[in-house]
Amino acid sequence: MFLQGAQPMDAYGSLFSHGFGSWEGFAKTLGKATPLMLSGLAVTIGLRSGLFNIGVQGQLVSGALAAGWAGYAIQGLPIYIHLPIALLFGIFFGALVGWIAGALKAYRGIHEVITTIMINSIVLALVDYLAGHNFQEPGQTLARTSAVLPSATIPKIFGLPSGFFFAVLLAWAVWWVFQRTTSGFRLDTVGRNKNAAWYAGISVKRSVLIAMGVGGAIAGLGGAIETLGVIGRFEPTFNTGLGFDGITIALLGRANPLGVIPGAILIGGIRGASSSMQFDAGVAPEIVDLILALILFCVTAPFLSKWLRSTQVGAKVTSGWSN
Amino acid sequence: MTRFLSFKWILTFILIAITGYLYSKDGVITTSVVATAVIFGLPLALAAMVGIMCERTGIVNIGIEGTLLFSSFIGFFVASSTNNGVFGIISAITAGVVTGLFLAFMSISWKMDQIIAGTIINILATGLTSFLYTQGRMAPTTFPIDIPFFSSIPFFGQVLFMHGPLVYFGLVVIFSLYVALYHTSWGLRSRAVGEHPGSADTAGVSVFRLRYLNVALAGAVGGLAGAYLSLELVGSWDRGFTAGKGFTALALMIFGRWNPMGALAAAMFFGLTQAVTNQLMFSDVAHIPEQFVNMLPYVLTIVVLAISAGKVRPPAAEGLQYEKEKA
Repeated sequence: MFLQGAQPMDAYGSLFSHGFGSWEGFAKTLGKATPLMLSGLAVTIGLRSGLFNIGVQGQLVSGALAAGWAGYAIQGLPIYIHLPIALLFGIFFGALVGWIAGALKAYRGIHEVITTIMINSIVLALVDYLAGHNFQEPGQTLARTSAVLPSATIPKIFGLPSGFFFAVLLAWAVWWVFQRTTSGFRLDTVGRNKNAAWYAGISVKRSVLIAMGVGGAIAGLGGAIETLGVIGRFEPTFNTGLGFDGITIALLGRANPLGVIPGAILIGGIRGASSSMQFDAGVAPEIVDLILALILFCVTAPFLSKWLRSTQVGAKVTSGWSN
Repeated sequence: MTRFLSFKWILTFILIAITGYLYSKDGVITTSVVATAVIFGLPLALAAMVGIMCERTGIVNIGIEGTLLFSSFIGFFVASSTNNGVFGIISAITAGVVTGLFLAFMSISWKMDQIIAGTIINILATGLTSFLYTQGRMAPTTFPIDIPFFSSIPFFGQVLFMHGPLVYFGLVVIFSLYVALYHTSWGLRSRAVGEHPGSADTAGVSVFRLRYLNVALAGAVGGLAGAYLSLELVGSWDRGFTAGKGFTALALMIFGRWNPMGALAAAMFFGLTQAVTNQLMFSDVAHIPEQFVNMLPYVLTIVVLAISAGKVRPPAAEGLQYEKEKA
């Protein structure tokens, strides 16, 4: 920031006041944080089950398009039927995209990092085509769908996006599943040691399918909430980077489902306030990525975590390719 | 293994047969498509080498994308400031080494989670380059050099011997890496460190030093790939310029089974599908929407993998920290 001749304190002040200071700014932050939290959660489920799900971006975007389509194309339904249907569309297509990568891993043994990267590119191209052709808003030159009908729009509670509270609830539910249930324990065991899990009679294939499918479903829900609650229509350019921020958030939370909540709020706030930061303090919005990298670095660098006594030093969060 | 081998050879044979047939139909276009495949495939192959060099010594490098982005930016920036392409290439390689050393520092000395370390490099490179980027810069680019005699061979001349200097340099790097990895003591030691660092240490190999060296060298190769992208292939630089090539390279590395020749073949196959789709788009044979054309390389990679499938086996000690035993 010094490089741009701006006052760093002005910039941080602007970041804070716009992200968390006013009720509207706070609402905006929570709205930004919702899909981020869900994509972080999807990555977290993968990490805990020994999978590195880079495909969250594709899963999220397909969910966003599916929900957006259901939001304008299905007509004449009351909100308590239409909204759940639109959300289910998002969940289903997100899960489908995740499941394909899981099935390729489980049945053909192709590494999930390869398939999710390739599927991301395929889905992004497909979605771009569909939003620009079959599902395009009539009379529109941009690639975007028609606006979502009021009967499929997620209502706000006191001006705050209600999807956010749902996402927090879901994060807690995922934590509960991993902590307290057998199915969660199975996934965790597969993530910790695949061979031991197999020896103990846990189906590794099934775990891979479940982890990728459920992760995809959650990412798809994230896309659906973004479309139905925040943006109001599907536009391919609006969702870029959400899935990759999800990886950062999951790593910030050290693969703990509850850890994604503060991470998502923080990153959502920074992302949401970046444009006003530019306005108030003249700092280019690109600085946000630098700040994010520094945060991730500071949280994970051992000398700092030793100092903060927060978590075990050198604890293993990810499992590399070796599974 | 034998199943994969036979599939690999069948695929190669089919590709050669199709190329030969097309060459007999239209020599000019076929030759230029295959030559374009080399041009598109090379940066991916070099980027995959970065992954191989790191992972063979047991360091997961997910920051290849960041290395490419950062070094291509620095290379372009220096070349445009000094108006000298050679300075640009040298500084791109230096920038690559810097990212490599940073990764080594985080993952070897600080024993951070290696995937997090790579992610930090990716985000940092994205932020730093788009922050420093200014529009409208121009930089000198390299020019193709025809290698005398060889370039006059029909087909192979244009495919292999009529490129810019960095293509030749890159190919030399890839082949020497293959030889070095399997036929020198450095290669044997590197592989030993990646499979079983404890034994390598017992045999007198300094695990830390070798890992540092290899990750830094890999950074240099990544810098070369970055320089190739911004100073030879494209001739400009833009935000998010590498467009996921570093991640595709990771996939190609796994596809090529952590073997330089395998990864080179995979990258060239990928480059070929891109060149063919480009040609389809350009010649407007059929009205295929651009998005579907762009999808083809990815779809084909998945299909080829699904047919040839089989479990891959990464280096055993990859991603693990090494703690020297205290006497």
